[in-house]
This record gives sequence, structure tokens and C-alpha cells, in this order.
Amino acid sequence: MKILVLHLSLLFLSFSINAKQVFLGPSNNSQEEIQEALIDLEPGDILTLKPGEYFFEDGLSLDIDDVIFEGSGIDETILNFENQMSGAQGLLVTSNGVTIRDFAVLDAKGDAIKVIGADGIKMIRLRTEWTGGPKETNGAYGFYPVESKDVLIDGCVAIGASDAGIYVGQSQNIIVKNSIAQYNVAGIEIENSFYADVFDNLTSHNTGGILVFDLPDLPQQGGHHVRVFRNKAINNDTDNFAPEGNIVGEVPRGTGIIIQANSDVEVFDNDIYGNGTVNLSIVTYGYDTEDENYYPHPRSIQIHGNRFGDGGFDPDVGTGELAAILFELSNGNMPDIFWDGILPMNQILFGQPADEKLIIKNNGDATFLTLNPIKFMLPFFDPVERDISEYDGQINPLPPVVLN
Amino acid sequence: MGKIFLLVLFCIATKAFAVESSLILEEQFPKKLSDFSFFKDNKAQIPSEGVLPYELISSLFSDYSYKQRWVYVPKGMSASFEKDKVLDFPTGSALIKTFYYPIDERDLSLGKKLMETRLLLKKDYGWEAVSYAWNEAQNEAFLKKAGKTIFNEWIDFTGELRSVRYRVPNKNQCKECHTYNDEIMPIGPKARNLNKIFDYTDESINQLTKWIKLDFINEIEMELNTPVNWEDSTYSLDERVRSYLDINCGHCHSSTGGANSTGLYLDLTEVRPKHLGINKKPVATGRGSGGYKYSIFPGKSEESILLHRMISTDPGVMMPESGRSLSHQEAIQMIREWINEMET
Repeated sequence: MKILVLHLSLLFLSFSINAKQVFLGPSNNSQEEIQEALIDLEPGDILTLKPGEYFFEDGLSLDIDDVIFEGSGIDETILNFENQMSGAQGLLVTSNGVTIRDFAVLDAKGDAIKVIGADGIKMIRLRTEWTGGPKETNGAYGFYPVESKDVLIDGCVAIGASDAGIYVGQSQNIIVKNSIAQYNVAGIEIENSFYADVFDNLTSHNTGGILVFDLPDLPQQGGHHVRVFRNKAINNDTDNFAPEGNIVGEVPRGTGIIIQANSDVEVFDNDIYGNGTVNLSIVTYGYDTEDENYYPHPRSIQIHGNRFGDGGFDPDVGTGELAAILFELSNGNMPDIFWDGILPMNQILFGQPADEKLIIKNNGDATFLTLNPIKFMLPFFDPVERDISEYDGQINPLPPVVLN
Repeated sequence: MGKIFLLVLFCIATKAFAVESSLILEEQFPKKLSDFSFFKDNKAQIPSEGVLPYELISSLFSDYSYKQRWVYVPKGMSASFEKDKVLDFPTGSALIKTFYYPIDERDLSLGKKLMETRLLLKKDYGWEAVSYAWNEAQNEAFLKKAGKTIFNEWIDFTGELRSVRYRVPNKNQCKECHTYNDEIMPIGPKARNLNKIFDYTDESINQLTKWIKLDFINEIEMELNTPVNWEDSTYSLDERVRSYLDINCGHCHSSTGGANSTGLYLDLTEVRPKHLGINKKPVATGRGSGGYKYSIFPGKSEESILLHRMISTDPGVMMPESGRSLSHQEAIQMIREWINEMET
């Protein structure tokens, strides 16, 4: 053991001798100074921005492996993009093993922080914000890692994104925790991703709190193994301000959690209330697709041990179809948990495989609504079913995500 | 004494006319473009021995700037052919591209303003991209790793005074477009893009033939999927549009490019309508969608996201993401027509 400790300290020593730390403060030439410093970093280096506000006309980008780019605090180091003339995002990261932490990205013209094909990315204590409040002209995403492995988002704040505050797309091995997403269209969205843990987050005053989605015609699809736990998905009450055409444009104001397509999703120990349309929905992808490799139905979904409060008191029937359909089906008596009941035809006729069935257990006095597809297809039958006890069953916990 | 003097003079003379090939391989980029000696005459852009000019059939739009291209392949080596891909250049090769604006497009003899010279250098581990921005005196270009903004004016074909906020890309932005499976890669010099006649000083001949004659490439296949010049209206609208989209978008929007995650693929070889954008819904487009439902809505150009993003000059909306601050009116007109004529 002693030898190991010695060995490790030597390793650390040799690492720190070669590595350098660069400090920069605000100046009239921040664009060039910071961009050049980001280009000149070498693996092991740290670039530290001192407290202050930094203004940019172009996006910034980082493409060096194993470096740290940090500020001096989420409210102390401000990267301001209100004068941005070019660049599709505030900060772009394309290299592996990068840590970015302790700064804020404000008013980017496109996405705030985009991370593409960057394994081992760590985003810690960062803030992305559009300061003019929810607006269609705000950038799409606050945090936007895509096509990356081992993604950590910890202690971050995302405000005002016109799509999702925190969006993880087509990635694997993901942890989103201790973060706050407010006044976005979607607070946190996990899309076409494998193995994600979303926990200890607060999503409030968005249009929808937490979305777990899967879409067709993409290089990575068939999202699976997503755990959503110990979050607060509460008081999501902002009108949908996403530009039309985007999938989140269909999300009605006042949705707590939505699971769409995906398999093996476990939602537990969350506080879900104050969502005017519906606290939790489990739905099928709602469009025709010719993609033969795409599975549009949610399966193996487990909902247990959540605390539901008031919901469905102000359904946003004007946005998308979910609220309008649900309002009509329920005669205005909106449930806490909604499953659209849509299954492939063979399962409608012969039943779902046991391990793909929806399980709902120990959610206090949460109310439920689903549709019986056979009754739905026949005249004179009421397809609405509300008996939540039908879905009681054995919980098979999903394994935690371990980042490499 | 006189002999030594002559020898020195000779060395200076040969140095001035030969490419400093060792600099291409060095880890650090020299501060000045002239250090490479790609040009005998910097200002007039007269290439040195072994530096050959070339053109592409269709070219990427860069804010109406003009481009002049040269290729350098080390003596005794040659690039190998790869179908539908960029030629596999040997280590030590260089692709050189100068961006400039004529003073007056109606009379090119009035001279030009050099903006930047971009280099793609083939190191032993792969390509590196970097740009040099020209000085006011126009006799030297300096390394600009972090990019540079240059305001320029020129008079266009119609006699109108035009202005541009021209961005020299930073080193990382080079890579945004020049990515193939996460590695830096040239875009233009695929055999299919070179398959055209070029006026060399000594002869007028197909570029591929010339490159073979000079041993720049060893062999090529006859079937090339050659694109057309999108500006040549003797070709069909579909051919012209696909060629334009290929050279302007296809390097990123392909299954091996940076925009792979979008599922929108615009390279010449793509045939699946959905992946070409026809009735394809946006994925992570955000406000780039402009409120429209499909990348290409057949018959309705005004509701097609692809065209909307070509028209826009808002950095959060426009495509391509970098390298453009003006919209390309002629191409917009062509693609508008193409979408409107598309069968619904």
C-alpha cells in the first residue's frame, strides 16, 4: 500500500511539473487572448479566467485533450456573448478528458456550451443563461453534449434555453446531478442516449421538467437505461416558447416528466407536483417513420416511490396534442400519471412480454389514466382505464451509472 | 572571395525558388507565410517550383471571396486515389489556398485585396490546418491561430459597393469543417472535384491528367461520380443543386462528418430521401428551424429549414456555422427553385 501511495504521488509530481497554469483577466482583446490560450494549451494544463466579465464577438472553442478550463465562480467569471457576430455557440468543446468549471456563459446567439464527440467531459458549477427571460430568439441549448461518452454535469444552472437547458443527445454513460434548470422549454432532456443517471436536480418553471426521449433516423437511437431519481420536477409553468418544428415544441406547459419511446427507464424517489398539465407521462413517438430500426414505444418502464402533489389543474390544451387528448379522455379529471397505452399490434392481441410491462408502485395516492387499445378501436366502449393497481409488480432496480 | 559571394547568391536564389519542405513537417508553425517559400513573389502570388495551381469544379461559398489554390507534393512521392474521398496525400504535402477580393469585379486588372492564406499541411500523424492573415501592405501574411476579423469593401459585378465582416477562422474552426471521422481532412481535392480542364502556363489539360503526368497521383479509376459546376446552367437543376450542397455542406453533413448526429446528409453519394432532408423533421435545431417542420418541404421552399438557414445571417441560425456572414443570393435562388419544383 505504501508503495502504491508513493507511486501515485510521483506520478502526480511528474504530471504537475510538465503542466502549466495560465491566468487571464478581462481585456479589450479577450476574444483573441482566450481563444489563443485555448489553442496553445497542452494536455495537463489549466486555463484560469479571473473574476470579471469577458465579452466576445465570435464563439470560443477548445480542442485539446485532458485540460481544465475554469473561471473563478459561477457568478464571478462571466463570458458574455450578447455582441456575438459569428459562431454557432458560445463555447465548443471537441476534445477528450476536458473539465470546464466555475463560469457562466450568457446570451449566446446559438447554443451556450456545445460538446461534441468529447469523451470524459466534466461540466461542473457552470451557468448558462439568456438574461432576457424565456424568448423564442434565445439559443436552443444551455448544456449540449452530443455523441460523447462519460459525461458529467454537476452543480450546473441552466436558464432560458428555447429548447432544453440541459440536453444530452446520442451519448453514453451520463450523470446529470445537483443541477438547476429553470425557465427553459425543457429543463433536462436525455435523448437517444444509453445509461444515464439524472438525480438531485431541481427542474421548475420550465414548460416541461425532465424529458427522456428517443427519435428516429439518427446514428444512435433506441435510448435505454435511464434512471431519474431524487429530483424535483415541480411548478413547471412557463408557456412553450420553442420555435415550431422542434420536438419539444409539442410539450404542453406544465409537464413534470415525460418518457417517450426508450426502454429500461426507472423513475423513483422524485417530488413531482405543481405541473398544470400532467405530472408524469409515458408516451409513444407520435409520428410516422420509415425507419425500420426504430422502436417507437416505451417499454420496461418502472415508476416507484415518487411523491406526487397537485397536477393537471391548468392543462395547456393549445400546445401539441398531449394535453388536449388527455383533457378530453379524462373529462377534465387529469391524472398524475398517464400512459398512452399504445403498443405494437401483436402485443395488443397477444399481450406484452412480462419484462416489458409498465410497473407503477408505491407512489402514494397518485392517480393514473391509460387507454385500452382494443376498446379504443371498438365503438361503444370507453377505452379509459384508471386502475393503478393493475400495474403493481416487482421492481428490478437498474444498475447505477459508473463513469470511466 | 568572389566565388563565395556567388555561392551565397546562388543559395539565396535557390532558397527563394524552392519550398522549405522541412517547415511543413515541423511541430510549430512559422510566424510568417513567406517562411515556407510557397511563392516566388508573395505579393503577386507567383508559386515556387513544384507548387501547382488547381481549381475545383464547384467551390465552397465564402462571403463572395475569390480563392486561388495550389498543391505541393514532395518530389518523388505521390498521392493515392480513393474513390469519393480526398486523395491520400503523402507526408510533407501542402494545400495552399488564398482568399481575396478583387477591388472591382468588373475590371480585375484593378487588382485585389488578399485576405488570408489557409494551409493544410500533411504531417506524419495527419493533417494540420492553420491560417495566415495578410497585412495592409499585402507583402506578408502572419500566423493567426486565434483567427481575425477583417472589414473589407469591393465593387461587385453590377457596380455596387459591397462590404463584408470577413472572419479568418481560428485553428479549431478550421477543424469544424475539415473533419472526417474526427480527423482533420481536406475537403476539395477529391479526384471527382478535380476532373476538369485547367489552363496551365504551358498547356490546357485535364487536371487529373496533369497530376498523373507530374506523378502527383499514381492512378485513378475511370468512374468518378464527377459533380457539375453548379453555376453552369446547361446541367440539370438537380445536378447543380446536389453539387452545390456537396461542396458546401457535405463535408460536415455526412455520416463521417461533424454534423453526423443530425441525420441530415448532403454529400453527393447520399440517395435516401429522408437523410437528404426531404420531409425530415429537425432534431436539435432549436431556433435554427425558424418554426418550420421539415428540412426540405417539397414544393414549399419558404417552409424549408434548409433554405431558411442558408438565407439567415444570424450566427445562431445560419448554415454553414462558420465562414459566412453574407447570404449567397445566387445559390438561394437556385435551391428555392429546386425545392419548389420538387414533387410533393
